[in-house]
Amino acid sequence: MEIIKIERKVLAKNDAVASEIRSALQENGVFAVNIVSSPGSGKTTLVEKTIEHFSGRMNISVIEGDVQTDLDAQRVSAYNVPVVQIITNGGCHLDAGLVKDSMKSLDLVSTDFLIIENVGNLVCPAGYDLGEDMKVVVISVTEGDDKPLKYPKMFMNSKVLVINKIDLLPYVNCNINQLRSNALKINPDLKVFEVSCTTGEGINAWCDFIENSI
Amino acid sequence: MHELSLASDIIDTVKQTLSHEELPSLRKIVLEIGAYSGVVPDSLSFSFEAITAGTELAGAELEIINIPFRLKCNQCKTEAEPEYPIMLCENCGSSDTVVISGDELKFKEFKISESEE
Repeated sequence: MEIIKIERKVLAKNDAVASEIRSALQENGVFAVNIVSSPGSGKTTLVEKTIEHFSGRMNISVIEGDVQTDLDAQRVSAYNVPVVQIITNGGCHLDAGLVKDSMKSLDLVSTDFLIIENVGNLVCPAGYDLGEDMKVVVISVTEGDDKPLKYPKMFMNSKVLVINKIDLLPYVNCNINQLRSNALKINPDLKVFEVSCTTGEGINAWCDFIENSI
Repeated sequence: MHELSLASDIIDTVKQTLSHEELPSLRKIVLEIGAYSGVVPDSLSFSFEAITAGTELAGAELEIINIPFRLKCNQCKTEAEPEYPIMLCENCGSSDTVVISGDELKFKEFKISESEE
């Protein structure tokens, strides 16, 4: 039997495209985040609140990823920001190729901050580099405090954790200190924000962090 | 679903690496998959088999080397294989640790043979 050595990552092609995206973003001075979470954690609402916060002060563009429909793009476009919807047609994550294609419809020169909202899925998007500056994982308190331990890779590969829906804490069985400590066990360097997109609590702190990162 | 797109990436790399004549002789694709790579080896093998059936790669299968999650503590220098990917040292509790292995998702080698041994 003949053996051919091939030391290469399976996702090498994705990583190469992600590097191209990263260079293009850097050349144009664009800061990019890749927002990941389970379906229904509040990613789109966080995007809306973030756009609202920076309204008139920063040029934001948005890439929305969903398995079906352009409902999220419709929501976000109400804020008068450029938005592109990627429909994956069953695909469980965005990959760098999809993002690169969708970026053709955006004007990077006049963008300061690019928000990529990934497909709602706490597993697959963790492995795909999209050329972003950082992954931001969103979890809502209704999902329970054990999720970081059950889906470690997403928390390991993210720089920021946004704990959303904290206004619901009195009504759900979730210990937020336990949630925070579980996440920090998986990734001790995670920067954690506790927010409620409904009441607005904590949104300023999250947005200040973004502003200081740009 | 994730494994299906990975299986398709694997086939792309195979086709880029081997000549068209070599494809039917490919017997094994050896992969290293880490314990927290997010990939389920059985699902990947199933997906690969499903999308190569009836093609020139029908005689090939995946051989998966499972790589454990290993952590080294920068403080007390302990190396361990924790059951869960928790980044705290099992010995001294420090968070000043580095991952040695467990995130792999890579090719190692292709095994080629004319005969179906």
